[in-house]
Amino acid sequence: MLYREAGQFKSTYAEDQQIFPIRQDRFAVAALLVVAFLVVPLIANQYWLSAILTPFLIFALATLGLNILTGYAGQLSLGTAAFMAVGAFMAYNFVLRMPWLGVIPSFILAGLCAAAVGIVFGLPSLRIKGFYLAVATLACQFFVLWAIQRIGWITNHSPSGVITAQKVVILDYAFDTPVRKYLLTLAVVAVMALLAKNLMRSETGRAFMAVRDMDVAASVIGIPMMKTKLLAFAISSFYCGVAGALFAYTYLGTVEPEAFTLDLSFRILFMVIIGGVGSILGSFLGAAFIVQLPIFLSVLFGGISHATGMEISHAVVSNMELIIFGGLIIFFLIVEPHGLARLWQIAKEKLRLWPFPH
Amino acid sequence: MKRTTLAFALLAVAGFSSGALAQAKEQFVPMSYYWVGPYAASGSGIAGGAIDYLAMLNARDGGINGVKFTWEKCETEYNNARGVECYERTKNMGPTGATLVHPLSTGITYSLIEKGTADHIPIVSVGYGRTDASDGRVFPYVFPLITNYWSQNTAKIKFMGMQAGGMDKLKGKKIVNLYHDSAYGKETIPVLDAQAKMYGFQITHIAVPHPGNEQQAQWLQIRQIQPDWVILRGWGVMNPTAIKAAQRAGYPREKIIGVWWSGSEEDVIPAGDAAKGYIAAAFNVSGTNYPVIQDIMKHVYGKGKGEMDDKSRIGSAYYNRGVVFSIITSEAVRKAQDRFGKGKPMTGEQVRWGLENLSIDDAYLKKLGAAGFMQPLKVSCLDHEGGGAVKFQQWDGKQWKVITDWIPSDQKLVRPMIEASAAQYAKEKNITPRDCSKEK
Amino acid sequence: MNVAFFFEVLIGGLLAGVMYSLVALGFVLIYKASGVFNFAQGSMVFLAALTFVSILKMGINFWLALIVTLGVMVVLGVGIEKVVLRPLVNQPPITLFMATIGLTFVLEGLSQLVWGSQPHGLELGIPDVPMEWLSQKWNINVSQFEIFAAGVAGAMVAGLALFFQYTRIGRALRAVADDHQAALAVGIPLKHIWAIVWAVAGFVALVAGLMWGARNGVQFALTFIALKALPVLILGGFESVPGAIIGGLIIGASEKLAEVYIGPMVGGGIESWFAYVIALLFLLVRPQGLFGEKIIDRV
Repeated sequence: MLYREAGQFKSTYAEDQQIFPIRQDRFAVAALLVVAFLVVPLIANQYWLSAILTPFLIFALATLGLNILTGYAGQLSLGTAAFMAVGAFMAYNFVLRMPWLGVIPSFILAGLCAAAVGIVFGLPSLRIKGFYLAVATLACQFFVLWAIQRIGWITNHSPSGVITAQKVVILDYAFDTPVRKYLLTLAVVAVMALLAKNLMRSETGRAFMAVRDMDVAASVIGIPMMKTKLLAFAISSFYCGVAGALFAYTYLGTVEPEAFTLDLSFRILFMVIIGGVGSILGSFLGAAFIVQLPIFLSVLFGGISHATGMEISHAVVSNMELIIFGGLIIFFLIVEPHGLARLWQIAKEKLRLWPFPH
Repeated sequence: MKRTTLAFALLAVAGFSSGALAQAKEQFVPMSYYWVGPYAASGSGIAGGAIDYLAMLNARDGGINGVKFTWEKCETEYNNARGVECYERTKNMGPTGATLVHPLSTGITYSLIEKGTADHIPIVSVGYGRTDASDGRVFPYVFPLITNYWSQNTAKIKFMGMQAGGMDKLKGKKIVNLYHDSAYGKETIPVLDAQAKMYGFQITHIAVPHPGNEQQAQWLQIRQIQPDWVILRGWGVMNPTAIKAAQRAGYPREKIIGVWWSGSEEDVIPAGDAAKGYIAAAFNVSGTNYPVIQDIMKHVYGKGKGEMDDKSRIGSAYYNRGVVFSIITSEAVRKAQDRFGKGKPMTGEQVRWGLENLSIDDAYLKKLGAAGFMQPLKVSCLDHEGGGAVKFQQWDGKQWKVITDWIPSDQKLVRPMIEASAAQYAKEKNITPRDCSKEK
Repeated sequence: MNVAFFFEVLIGGLLAGVMYSLVALGFVLIYKASGVFNFAQGSMVFLAALTFVSILKMGINFWLALIVTLGVMVVLGVGIEKVVLRPLVNQPPITLFMATIGLTFVLEGLSQLVWGSQPHGLELGIPDVPMEWLSQKWNINVSQFEIFAAGVAGAMVAGLALFFQYTRIGRALRAVADDHQAALAVGIPLKHIWAIVWAVAGFVALVAGLMWGARNGVQFALTFIALKALPVLILGGFESVPGAIIGGLIIGASEKLAEVYIGPMVGGGIESWFAYVIALLFLLVRPQGLFGEKIIDRV
């Protein structure tokens, strides 16, 4: 009843090709942006801003990157955390050594460095496919971390290899409170999500999807394999690099190689799969789910022990959290293998008919 | 749908109730440790000791001057992001907010330094963390208490000198530094190089990639070098693997000297018989024969409470380390109360003052029931370390036997390095170091 | 360059490689029969070792404990196949892979929930000391335990090879690995076969857990062994049992030689990525690994 396209006519090509052709969608997205930019900073407390929303946005960006590579271009990669690490450390170096650049250009340059690394480690994808490629990207993951620890100037010769990110100052406006950090992250992520969405609707995106579906056929019809696959790696690594830079500057405040382990790569891959492979919205949904789940479980168990007054040994609680986390992932994969984005799509389909059943 | 609503309702109740239940006279301490993952044995042991000691104080003394301790456990999984999230979640709990934070991870400590300083919550890193935070003028809210990595390293070299028959006998000797390839592992490389220059010994640094369960190549290299000592700077599985690999390479374990994160029961038991004779540094000792541990057994476990399901772990090196953490917490609160009001819950700022003026001498330790258990501590605005000495203990196959007394560190060498590093940090961050003479 | 030292590194590396292939065997078995890349193999190794050691500690005799643990692993394997994999039967391989990662978390949490987080030592009766006559005659240190482990791995591979070649169930497994639908058409009960495969993989995990547990102690870090086995897999091919052994030998030897001879030149610690880079270079020449099946794409 509410969600019908009846009466919405498109009279120009531009109108027909817009991202949100249905008026209700446009309203919803505009409302969401208004809430995110204006309402949330006013009502959210500091815990929500700095411990839940900011990491959610950062991981959503990294998930976007991996989704472009694995979801749209079909190249399974387990080196996401390494690209984030490159982005974080190179951003630190650019801000440290070329302070006249400014923070946002430093982030962009850091992303480009990550893209360069991505291209180098994406070269095997021209020969290797499937799980072999995934394990080959592990080479990237381990090598990059080792290189960061060995090459002294990356960490400004700090003896422990841990560096603290500088304060973010853009045009004399310091982004040092949680609200400002959140807004900066939100702005960056919103712009890049829009870019990603448009990219995937364009010829590049269609080339990626062709490569994913059947790369031999794609090359037969004239899509250049090398260019397409390497471009996928480059764009994906760029996104992950910027996410890594944000991770260091607006969330943790310190950069150390141990924060970018294989575990993080797996987590981001989880977010891609659970959110929905090959879906921009899915990246956000998956990131929200995985970021929130451990915290939710932890608070839930805390609540249970407060409410019942039982003293459960925390080892039991923590292990239960781990088991439930793994179990929920398996459950989710069984119940909806196409991810949360598919659930959302089904919901939208039902909404179009509501309140009628068919 | 109904079940999810019920879950959310429960969650909301839990979230709000923990705030509502806070009474006026409580001192809240966040207990953010790790109970899962590769370091679960150490994390759960330390957490157990820390919580049990505070529970004992509550049961035996009614808290500090009538203010009881409360706590909230939070799982950090030894992960920076989780550690930051636990900090943010727990920092405002309790009537005066979090008293102080023991991150139990160098990575999490680094992440929390700026946040703790901004929120006025002391970050206490006992035996780990950021070494140059020992200069309290630049890091007012960070306390790497008892010993930091550089101090204990110099104590180790002193111990080697003792074994060789004098510091001058170290000239020409060969030492290998087998370190975990991480931030923690690399910290002592500069101070070892400095000492090598000073005393004339040859130092080789060999890295073990994380997690350290493959060390064959490293020990083959050690076999080639044939050093007089090997410093084992490991963590987790790297330790027993190193000991076993040493046995495989035929290197005598008596010549391996481990740091205190390589010197607990969990590090040697998996190596079995290979670990006999292995020496490690310690800033706290194992054993249940101390009045403070006996009190915990009586007042906490005797009443059917207590954190450790496996009671044989009480008195282990990690458990006792947790007790040391809580001794520091409670004595800092007591010191703060002495100045700011006995019987009132203390804020983070007040406890910071308490930490900075903490002075625990031998007589005080005896009163606490911890004589010989930990070393005397004297913290000041300049010196956030406060101790600097280590004991050395040797594993005999069944338990750790202490083989030396407290060996002080070489502050003449270490302090200038710390001050230089802290000054650089201050310059980078535009911090004006405090003037300690002006502080009260 | 000291020749004896070179041989010591080489032999040590080869033997370490055999230990890696012990773990890789589990992966290969499951991938061969059901096309699932079971990332949970590492945590299965951990669970097996931890269960065994904990049962031993309860005072039960060695062989009985072994049988009980074997039973547990078989039940676990069958259970995993039924609960996790059967509902996911026709999903793309990446979904199955993610499910096994989720399974890893479950098994890790379960192991430490049931048996606690304390590390344990494991003594199999063979001391981990250098062989006397080798070290005295040629100054080469080769651990007795590693020779024993190599023997066990060799026996297991031989046993599995015979099993696959000459028994009816083995042939059925190969048929299922080749083509599920054809096997069904011939009347091979797929579900039984998968259950058997997972049970055998559980057994392999137990043996690997015992060997590695005796070597490094039984603690959580055993789960990271899986990461060491992955380059072996990609070098040898995901579906090949001899590939796992040969891949293991190559990876083990080259990794140790590189760490000893090239490592000091670049600051050390290259073991973490060297095996992967070697495997990657091999893949560029043979994209399915040395003995893997060629992926045929029909358009």
